[in-house]
Order: sequence, then structure tokens, then C-alpha cells
Amino acid sequence: MFLINCPYCGERDQSEFSAGGEAHIVRPKQPTELSDDQWAEFLFMRKNIKGVQFERWNHAHGCRKWFNMVRDTSNDKIHAVYKMGEKPPIK
Amino acid sequence: MVDLKLPLESKPLQALVSEPVKPIIDTVVMSNAVHAYVSQSDKGELVIGAGTDAYVSYTQRGSHDVVEGTLKAILELYPIFSRMKMLRQWGGIVDICPDASPIISKTHIKGLYFNCGWGTGGFKATPGSGDLFAHTIANDEPHKLNADFNINRFVSGDLVDEHGAAAVAH
Repeated sequence: MFLINCPYCGERDQSEFSAGGEAHIVRPKQPTELSDDQWAEFLFMRKNIKGVQFERWNHAHGCRKWFNMVRDTSNDKIHAVYKMGEKPPIK
Repeated sequence: MVDLKLPLESKPLQALVSEPVKPIIDTVVMSNAVHAYVSQSDKGELVIGAGTDAYVSYTQRGSHDVVEGTLKAILELYPIFSRMKMLRQWGGIVDICPDASPIISKTHIKGLYFNCGWGTGGFKATPGSGDLFAHTIANDEPHKLNADFNINRFVSGDLVDEHGAAAVAH
């Protein structure tokens, strides 16, 4: 259980948010030219990091906006929150 | 080392245990409809659990709203438990496949087999899956019962369509 600082609403309980999984997975520009292996990579293969992970969240019970977040999955500590389209503030 | 990716994500799965009470349940009760399970230990404690957190985490604690949802579901089944006190709670990390069914499979690497991705699926499937896994290793071919649980299904698109049955406590 942790608090998330929504970039639009401020700090709210995590239970107000929906997790959207790993962030910055770019949709293939030419989907018809992808092999089955490449589709599997895009759809199903995730880094599943124990440590600092970049991920998408949605303020489902609030402003309903999507944003990005940097969280350490080993202790749920949040390092950064930033809007969709913005560059990650940390590497 | 073998350069093989697995389509797994790791999430906390919680369980909690109540104060001990006199015998009231003599079996494991689980509900797909409200999504929770409960049984009673020999010491009289109710052992209760349900689903995972919705996000990747290795914290081994799990979030409070999942506990609330779990107990809400249990009270749908057993309103009589509404004043029970919970003694302890813990979380373990489970690996989950995108289609919420396990992988029991050979791989393209000779001698490398996987039995993983069980998610919230648990001990009740252990003897059967162990038998099929042994068959797969001994013959280097899956048994017909676990052929559909091959690792290649995430490439072929032939996913196991049992999410409704497998994605809840069982």
C-alpha cells in the first residue's frame, strides 16, 4: 500500500489507481511486417524488474488520466511521476 | 545464459489468518463468484485468501485494498465472520502468465523444461502437473493433457482460454 502523487490531482491512495504495466513499449510502426516472434515480444514479454521500473498508471477513481511513474518494485518506493509524452525525469 | 525470455510478471499474492475459533468449516470453501477462499486449520484459525495485487511487486506484503476486497467477499459467503479478528497477513510472490494459465512445456533448448507461471493456481494442481511434467521430461514430448500449456503458445497465439476459471483463487 502506498500513496501516488497524480500529476493532475496530487497525492492519493494507491487504491484509487489502476496499474497499466510496463511503460514506453512502442507500438510497431509496420504491424503487418512483424513476425510472430516479434508480435509475441511486443504483446507478452515484459522486463518484470525487481528494482526500478518505468510503468503506466491510470487515476481510475479520480481524473481518469494516464501518466507514467518510476517505482522500485522491491520496496514500492516511488522515484518520479510524469505525464504521458514527457521524457522520464530520471534514467 | 540461455537467452530465453519468459512471458511472466511477478505479483504479490496474499493470505491471512484469523484468531482461532471452534470448528465451523470442515472443508475448503472457494467461490469464483465473489472471489475468495476460506478453510479452517486444525488449530481453529480461518485461512483466507483471494487475488493478487494488479501491479508487479516483490515486496512480499501486498496492498490493503486487496485485503479489504478479500474480506468483503468472505463476508458475502459467511456474514457470521463479520466480527472475527485477523491475526496475521502475509504476501508471497507469484509468477503469472498473460493468459493466467501455467507453462508445462519443453523448450527449443535440449534438456530445458519449464513448469511455471502458475499465478494464483496452487497446490491442488501439484500432483497432476508434476505427473505431466515428468511425462514431458521422460518422453521429451508433452502428454496430451499439457500439450496446450506449451511455451510456444505466446508466439503462435493459441492461448489457453481459461482466464475466467484460472485467474481467481483455486
